[in-house]
Amino acid sequence: MLARLGLPLSLLLLAALASLFIAIGVGSAQISPAQIWQVVIGNSLQGEGDALARTMVIELRLPRALSAFAVGGLLAVAGALMQVLLRNPLADPYVLGLSGGASIGALAAMLGGLGGLAISGSAFGGALLSTFLVFGLAHGSGSWTPSRLLLTGVVVASGWGAVITLMLALSPAERLPGMLYWLMGDLSYARTPWPPLLLLLAICVVLIPLGRSLNVLARGPQQAAALGVAVRPLEWCIYIVASLLTAAAVTTAGSIGFVGLVVPHMLRLLLGNDQRLILPACALAGGTLLVLADTLARTMIAPEQLPVGVITALLGVPTFLFLLYRSR
Amino acid sequence: MSVLATRDLIIDVPDREGGTPLNITIEPGQVWGVLGPNGAGKTTLLHTLAGLQAPRSGSVQLSDLALGQLRRRHVAQRLGLVFQDRQDGFPATVLETALIGRHPYLSPWQMEGAEDYARAEDALERLDVAHLRDRLVTTLSGGERQRVAIATVLTQAPAIWLADEPTNHLDLHHQSAVMALMAEQARAGQAVMMCLHDLNLAARWCDHILLLYPNGDACWGSRDSMMVPGALESLYRQRLAVVEVDGAPVFVPVKG
Repeated sequence: MLARLGLPLSLLLLAALASLFIAIGVGSAQISPAQIWQVVIGNSLQGEGDALARTMVIELRLPRALSAFAVGGLLAVAGALMQVLLRNPLADPYVLGLSGGASIGALAAMLGGLGGLAISGSAFGGALLSTFLVFGLAHGSGSWTPSRLLLTGVVVASGWGAVITLMLALSPAERLPGMLYWLMGDLSYARTPWPPLLLLLAICVVLIPLGRSLNVLARGPQQAAALGVAVRPLEWCIYIVASLLTAAAVTTAGSIGFVGLVVPHMLRLLLGNDQRLILPACALAGGTLLVLADTLARTMIAPEQLPVGVITALLGVPTFLFLLYRSR
Repeated sequence: MSVLATRDLIIDVPDREGGTPLNITIEPGQVWGVLGPNGAGKTTLLHTLAGLQAPRSGSVQLSDLALGQLRRRHVAQRLGLVFQDRQDGFPATVLETALIGRHPYLSPWQMEGAEDYARAEDALERLDVAHLRDRLVTTLSGGERQRVAIATVLTQAPAIWLADEPTNHLDLHHQSAVMALMAEQARAGQAVMMCLHDLNLAARWCDHILLLYPNGDACWGSRDSMMVPGALESLYRQRLAVVEVDGAPVFVPVKG
């Protein structure tokens, strides 16, 4: 059993480390893996060029790569959780209107001329507001069902979409590029990777003991209840955790599509459907994918940068379609 | 030993006024058959007995404790339910499906051990689906899925079996095999209650019968007192002919 979990996770961990090395090494100035290693283990480097490399690694590329990793991991785990909660393979972290709410918050802050932390805070607030709005409306006077929650989320999300378009139409031209970049997902302002990274780690630890219950829940609430799962508390827990993860991801990097939908699916097609394996695998693979995508986004047309969301979609869609085509 | 009992239980069937309060006790070693036409509330009764649905009034007691007060996990260690319909949200293999029967016994941090695998494999063997262990459940036939569902509850090894039409989709041989398995469980000290549509299986394998009428009326008792043509004819509004085969009555619907 442990071996069954260990091998895929070790391989994914290696891939994650490799992607981080690539992300740190590649750019306007190349940094060799040996140099990176020296910096990582904390050796003081000799010489002028090495000092520059050290600054570049520690202050620029490492925080950005780690942010990308954290955001990718958060989105993939949130997507996997939403799919179990709604028992719908098409669910993704944004399906319940979270990114729409976050976008409204962020755009409002940008329109108000605020920057940095205020945008993040406002986005986080918007995401939570949207979460409670959808959950409250879906709950209504009766009990909520997955399809009701899904429909409410989709409708609220399209409502947010209209408001976003309205805000963009009314915005002064000089603010538009920043807003559009934020909407498409952009890691260039992510400077402190630790909060999302720690959240990702903490959530993975919390989810390990819940993994088997999630496996049972994936078979339907009645079957789960008959097998001893306290269904309602567990569903609440998943909903809150997934919302929190998505809010943290959106706050760090704007809305990045496809990671939360495609990564869990790819892993399910390759590794089966044991959530105890899928959830940590999602954290690693989602992180790896976004680190690589972000590296491409900032190098392809350097010194200009592409929004990373474009890259994740361009990479994710064909890979996913190929896997789906090949699967049974 | 766990005993399931109802106190003045009225199940919650939509658009139905009241009904006969049920006061039944399902004791170890007994095999109960629940008979009734479509929509009489057989499934609702089983789900209420399993604590998945709240009763309209009255209560269900598991070993003298109110079912609603018990933790789901503790209930699942004693009581297993074979569902009539299954939803397979995500694909899982036959062995994985049987293994979730061990869920109530494992602590959150525990992985399934060799003993759990052995129980699941034995159950699959017993239901004649061991050769399908690595197949995805979604690729199986209806009867094979039914047997996998029963194997899951066998892996769960509950003291009380609630089975909702366990012979659904099964061929003749496997219908008999499943009923023999239920009888074997009862002989080993488990209690069994199942909803059935086949009067002849009920007459052959059950020792207690509960008749549920569409208006909520109910009566129950030993098989011989319940499996009489008059009661069954009024239950199903269908004339029946009775012949005796192998010492058990066989009911055949007749025209008119």
